[in-house]
Amino acid sequence: MREKILTFIEKNSRIDLAELAVILGEDEATVANELAAMEEEHVICGYHTLINWDKTSMEKVSALIEVSVTPQRGQGFDKIAERIYNYPEVNAVYLISGSYDLLVSMEGKTLREVAEFVSDRLSTLESVLSTKTNFILKKYKDHGTIMAEKSKDERMLMTP
Amino acid sequence: MRNPLSKVITQIQPSGIRKFFDIVSEMKDAISLGVGEPDFDTPWRIRDEGIYSLEKGKTFYTSNAGLKELKIEISNFLKRKYDLIYDYDKEILVTVGGSEAIDIAMRAMLDPGDEVLIPQPSYVSYVPCTQLAGGVPVIIELKEENEFRLTKEELEAAITPKSKILVLPFPNNPTGAIMEKKDLEAIAEVIIEHDLFVLTDEIYSELTYLDKHVSIASLPGMKERTVYINGFSKSHAMTGWRLGYACGSEIIIQQMLKIHQFAIMCAPTTSQYAAVEALKHGDEAVAHMREEYNGRRRYLVHRFKEMGLKCFEPYGAFYIFPCIKEFGMTSEEFATKLLEEEKVAVVPGTAFGDCGEGFLRISYAYSLENLKIALERLERFIQKLRAEKDA
Repeated sequence: MREKILTFIEKNSRIDLAELAVILGEDEATVANELAAMEEEHVICGYHTLINWDKTSMEKVSALIEVSVTPQRGQGFDKIAERIYNYPEVNAVYLISGSYDLLVSMEGKTLREVAEFVSDRLSTLESVLSTKTNFILKKYKDHGTIMAEKSKDERMLMTP
Repeated sequence: MRNPLSKVITQIQPSGIRKFFDIVSEMKDAISLGVGEPDFDTPWRIRDEGIYSLEKGKTFYTSNAGLKELKIEISNFLKRKYDLIYDYDKEILVTVGGSEAIDIAMRAMLDPGDEVLIPQPSYVSYVPCTQLAGGVPVIIELKEENEFRLTKEELEAAITPKSKILVLPFPNNPTGAIMEKKDLEAIAEVIIEHDLFVLTDEIYSELTYLDKHVSIASLPGMKERTVYINGFSKSHAMTGWRLGYACGSEIIIQQMLKIHQFAIMCAPTTSQYAAVEALKHGDEAVAHMREEYNGRRRYLVHRFKEMGLKCFEPYGAFYIFPCIKEFGMTSEEFATKLLEEEKVAVVPGTAFGDCGEGFLRISYAYSLENLKIALERLERFIQKLRAEKDA
């Protein structure tokens, strides 16, 4: 039941509750209760909007920063990750297996703003050993959604 | 000059709703619920495999009956999904869509005057294919009160000494009806008793929403008297690839192969390579599409209930078949008026046989957003009709 709800709303969180219940073939009250419970338990962490900023007049610069760090005794990577994710300009922080430790996704208004964040804030953290900043040039697909406009319905009418 | 045409072909009626569809394609902001093919693109892995096969230069004919690798996968798929056992080497023939399989099965099995029992409402090609093969179509009119399933009594009433083939079009286009195991068992008795053959068109078998689909060919004693037809168009959203298959006893399939090899040579090679991938790794994509259709189906059933539009709950394919008899119009009148006034295109039930009168075929191979807008318009339309009637 939970899986069914989550699979659906992951792609469409704006659906009306009554409609969601009909589509899933479940009772409306049950779905409402499950949703509330999952919000409470932080299974559902938020309802966001996926925006293609490139199509707006807003200037934004996004970067993926690979960060190598020295884990701290007793706290592993959590402490340093927390120091990084608390910055509001940071969108996401992941602990990564492979040649570096943390992947930080961030957004700034200008190139300079991102550069300053990396040199002044990130690199100067005590346990950060090195950083490598990758600027995003174009987003093709994000959160499972292809950013290009959907093509029109090209199916032709034919004898059924 | 002599008449260049054969009597047989000139006597076959063209599809009567062509005119109707021409209006639809000219109308700009019309919303169509008329198309009978999936709204999904073919899953990427399948398309990718097709591209890859072209890159590798696999552009030759395959053997007439189809790629060995594909026939093996079809055999595995039918065993895994429906408990059907077919020898890939002798009992499976890969065709250009299920449509070709219908045609060549009729031609391989019919002598002039043999009768073919065709339940309607159903897909439009069974009658002309029967006629082209020299057979005589005998229509069995299915009834709404039976949820458009074929009953033993209806079948028995239609059988004559000339009856040879029964067409079983389930899950059904246009009604969305299915035949459950108990329904099939009931008619299987009659089929065996009267020594009939069955042409079962199960092209929508992956799109059922009740229990697991059951094929008549899996019932005891039925395999040898059944030609089983399926394909990739509906299940894997591969309509344009034109790929289907027929399975049956060696005696029948080998004769069908003769027609196929002389008329067609082989099914498209690229499509066959792509289809191997579809059967090997496509189950998850199919399940995803099925869930998506099922949500839309529930939504439509619910909305029709809200509108007070009479409609049995369909459990198969991607069609719903509401009854519009309360408005005192023919299906065609209703559909034309709906298109003119609210710009929603649906297919009149009569396109699928006379007994489709009083019904509409609505396809839910459309996004939920599309369906919602179309249903709002439909609701407004029927409210207007009801108000006019009361006034």
